[in-house]
Amino acid sequence: MAKTGRIDWRQLIRYGLLAGVAALYVSVIGMVEVFSQRSLITGVLTLGQLLLFSAPVLAGYLAVYKDDESQTAAFSLLKGVITGLFSSLPLIALVLLANAVNLRAMFVNVSPALIDILVFGQGTAVGVLLLLLSGAIWGTLGVIIHLLPDKTRHVVLVGLSWTLGAGMLSELLIQVFRPLFGSGFIRFVFQGGALKLWASIVVFILVTLLDWYWSKRREEVKTKMANLNPTQRRAGMGVGLLILLILPWILGTYLSEVLDNVGLFILMGLGLNIAVGLAGLLDLGYVATFAIGAYVMGLFTSTSSLGVGELNFWIVLPISILAAMTAGFLLALPVLHMRGDYLAITTLGFGEIIRILALSDWLSPIIGGAQGILAIPKPQIGSFVFRGPQEIYYLILAGCILAIFVSSRLNNSRTGRQWMAMREDEDVAAAMGIDTTKSKVLAFTLSAASGGLAGAIFASKLGTIFPHSFNLLISINVLSLIIVGGMGSLPGVVVGAFALVALPELLREFAEYRLLLYGALLIVMMLARPEGLWPSAVRRRELKGTEEEEIEGGEGAPVAVTAD
Amino acid sequence: MREKFFERFSWVSLVLNSFRIIVIILIVVGAFNTLQGGKYTTSQWVSLSVSGLAQGSIYALIALGYTLVYGILLMINFAHGEVFMAGAFTAVFVAEAFKESGFLDSSPLLAVTILILVAAVVSTVVAVILERVAYRPLRGAPRLVPLITAIGASFFLQYTFRGLYGSGFKSYPEVAAVQGTWHIAGNDIPIVQIVVFVAAILLMVALYWLVERTKVGKAMRAVSENKEVAALMGIDIDQIIVMTFAIGGALAGAAGVINGLYRPQGVSFTMGFFPGIKAFTAAVLGGIGNIPGAMLGGLFLGVFESIGPNLILEGLGIPAANQLKDAIAFTMLVLVLIFRPQGILGERLTEKKA
Amino acid sequence: MAEDLLVARKVTKRFGGLVAVRELDFTIPKGSIVSIIGPNGAGKTTFFNCITGFYSIDEGDLIFDGHRLNGRPSYQIARYGISRTFQNIRLFENMTVIENIMVGQEPRLTSSWIGAILGTPHTRAEEEQAEKKAREMLQFVGLQGKGDWLAKNLPYGEQRRLEIARALASDPKLLLLDEPTAGMNPRETAETTRFIQRLRDELGITILLIEHDMRVVMGISERVTVLDYGEKIAEGTPAEIQTNPRVIEAYLGRGAAASANIEVSA
Repeated sequence: MAKTGRIDWRQLIRYGLLAGVAALYVSVIGMVEVFSQRSLITGVLTLGQLLLFSAPVLAGYLAVYKDDESQTAAFSLLKGVITGLFSSLPLIALVLLANAVNLRAMFVNVSPALIDILVFGQGTAVGVLLLLLSGAIWGTLGVIIHLLPDKTRHVVLVGLSWTLGAGMLSELLIQVFRPLFGSGFIRFVFQGGALKLWASIVVFILVTLLDWYWSKRREEVKTKMANLNPTQRRAGMGVGLLILLILPWILGTYLSEVLDNVGLFILMGLGLNIAVGLAGLLDLGYVATFAIGAYVMGLFTSTSSLGVGELNFWIVLPISILAAMTAGFLLALPVLHMRGDYLAITTLGFGEIIRILALSDWLSPIIGGAQGILAIPKPQIGSFVFRGPQEIYYLILAGCILAIFVSSRLNNSRTGRQWMAMREDEDVAAAMGIDTTKSKVLAFTLSAASGGLAGAIFASKLGTIFPHSFNLLISINVLSLIIVGGMGSLPGVVVGAFALVALPELLREFAEYRLLLYGALLIVMMLARPEGLWPSAVRRRELKGTEEEEIEGGEGAPVAVTAD
Repeated sequence: MREKFFERFSWVSLVLNSFRIIVIILIVVGAFNTLQGGKYTTSQWVSLSVSGLAQGSIYALIALGYTLVYGILLMINFAHGEVFMAGAFTAVFVAEAFKESGFLDSSPLLAVTILILVAAVVSTVVAVILERVAYRPLRGAPRLVPLITAIGASFFLQYTFRGLYGSGFKSYPEVAAVQGTWHIAGNDIPIVQIVVFVAAILLMVALYWLVERTKVGKAMRAVSENKEVAALMGIDIDQIIVMTFAIGGALAGAAGVINGLYRPQGVSFTMGFFPGIKAFTAAVLGGIGNIPGAMLGGLFLGVFESIGPNLILEGLGIPAANQLKDAIAFTMLVLVLIFRPQGILGERLTEKKA
Repeated sequence: MAEDLLVARKVTKRFGGLVAVRELDFTIPKGSIVSIIGPNGAGKTTFFNCITGFYSIDEGDLIFDGHRLNGRPSYQIARYGISRTFQNIRLFENMTVIENIMVGQEPRLTSSWIGAILGTPHTRAEEEQAEKKAREMLQFVGLQGKGDWLAKNLPYGEQRRLEIARALASDPKLLLLDEPTAGMNPRETAETTRFIQRLRDELGITILLIEHDMRVVMGISERVTVLDYGEKIAEGTPAEIQTNPRVIEAYLGRGAAASANIEVSA
């Protein structure tokens, strides 16, 4: 077929303007300005710029995504330019408007600093031209990425994402590398909490080389891994465990604290995963179990006037878990016959009732009201006190290992199958002989256990608890992480917790936009990848199976990932 | 085995029934004690009820959005509270400008009408975008999926508006025309409560007319009866669904401004959560999917919430009962869902389909 | 005559004002294949749902193998030994084929969640046994090698067979099949018919069948019951049914297609 070129203006304008509106959105809500404070490559690129420019790149990529081979490269590039130009229009409008009227009276984040970023610090007239130019460049870049041969594109994208990732996490890397390589090295590679330009190029080259090497050796390594004998396997696990054990002392106090928080969320995620991921019961009041665990721990161990008994942590720990399980059990009874959406809102109601009661003056003589419970002692074994985040880490690690063990046993058992069957089709599950009443009650009860455990550890880790710590956002946080990780998948919970808890803590710029991103993630995951980042093993095996088949089946057909 | 089953079955219902009985006893004892104590005069009860009615009519307006969408898509638009917030939060800026220019005080009726229109437009736009982006692609997906999207959308909207307008609290300016009280049948009733109530009722009547008398309303009812048949009759289902979201959104936006008249304070990005959840309670109370039900449910919830803490909780000797106001609404939601999930006006649902 | 496995006495089921099943008397002898036919909306599937506890019946009695089924929950009825398939296939779509069949074995499994966490010998042995049996069942219905597929990714015909495999996994005494050949071509239909026959002959399972395809019904059933508007209008051997004037009228009254169907098989 002869090479032709045809420009579908409507489509290009649509993609361009959509990208422009996205860029406008992140600018107006203040993300660009805040993220500009995080430099990725010193003096070259900030996170804010990356955010701003990724929209036209994506638009350029999409604009030619559906084109077939018949398009000439020149035409494709032209399309990129056009799309990019249009993507700049909304931002230009913003700049002009901000100069004309005081937008800030309403849109608090349209600050002079933001406008300055948008015009590249060059004033309005030059800035507008620069915006157009940059739009065209980034749109074209998107097209170029699309035009690259598949393998090259893969390598380039992997290299880029690792480089940008390294730039983003520079502060973390600095903290880890300083004790290992000394300050000289740090000054050599990093500047102002970001990679130096030459260092980022080195990272890019290294990663692409490694990726290329990996793609050659992948199969070999995989078969080797699969053929390890049990002793080697055990040795590998031993090494893994050892690393986990010394981790807090490598990472230092601050990062251990982050790790502790991740661990608590992993614990809660594992619990909620039973109800939501396996049994399909959307529990939005999970924070209630966390609160109950924490309050029981607080009440029975506190040395303050509210304390009852001043018992030992280890005695109260099982009581906390049992109390949470009892709450889960009682909560299950009324919702037994409710449909999914009613169940979600009822459980949400339970969570809120618990919080409101904890805050009330009515119960404050018992549980402290808004003042909470103070003076909760740290746990102790013999003379070893779990004082700081580095020590508490072991407690949380033990909890997580226990919870993972229990969850994986349940996952692969008759009980797990009953839950899944119930999730898939409750009526049929009953017709197959599953007592769905019992299964639901069991799911809620067991699911509450690790929430209670997390709460108990949380209480003694902080030493004080307030009702405000137990709001709906915790439930949403836990729900988001299991959905992002992959419902029903245990590694997914861990991946999800790191992605949704550790990342925002490490990148403090994210803090303000954390819930915005969670919300967006929930929507995007449901629309695009309902199985999560790390789907459960069965799911993955299956997805792979269908892909391979399609490759065999349709000659030259585009390799579509069918997740249905 | 046979005995085992009966043990368990009766056990669950035993717990639930004793729960029901305890709740009834608590309500009766609480109310009896309070009335016996004579702490409140009749006119105090009346004024509590009237302010409850005003609040309830606002709940009802929001509840209609839940009910309309549920009637057609059988899904709960969890983010509806945020649709309400969007309108209320945006219109507050316009209201401030009106106040500054003196327009609000010189011609309050026109000013408030414009405010309502602004809020309704903003909320409608948000609701329609929400439908297009977050719900439409997931029609026919398992129930859990759109529900999770809705939760995501709810947070996305909250924090979008926080990014747009900031995290501080704003308040609606005072409208001089609705300050003061009217003396009706021996009671002093704040004018603002009457205005709120009347405005809400007018909107509901308008909606009722729209649904019952217009072509669009007829199409909406047809779609909610049976989508396939409606489509065969030449009704554009997508368009009707968009209309439904738009109408629900407009009502929620209007409710945002009316709410601002009644409770000027506390306008912020989180303001949608409690009204949203309470309006949902109201919708469930009246039988979700049922339009007059949502109206009645809203009014009932408003009144109950207003007199409940004083009437029942104080009688039980609970201090600072008004702190538990929000818990009352949730408790009511839970109770209704357990014992009468079809709501006050809802028809008894047929047995589960095979 | 063999003893009756299932006895229905004056079973009535109403939905609001509509009587879906009216005073139905019905028996299934042990070891037989019995069919229920009738026009759409005659109450056949409703009757199935009454037997399996999806609906509770309003009047009458259902006795199965010495157990009274009235008001019993579905899972209990399944444990008595009644198993079913569905008119519109209802598999656990996001579970694997093997897992589907293992869920089908539920009534015979005894391990608990505590056993699962502790990994007790009993639990392990039972799980191993269950998986082994499930693999055998896979072989029996000709789905070998597809155990790790997700149920929803099987082609239509195999989904039907998986549904039957799942129903068989509990070693039921009575198997209810709701239009097992719906959507099949003549060759598949013939295969399925033979398969149903084998279930009875080799495994000794009593079978109750709802079917539209008269060739299937007339070919394998020992007795046919005809429902119309929820009432039994005829009962007898296939030959008797074909000549019953009320049956012909019921079908003719609803259009020529159905009547043609009767004639073809006659």
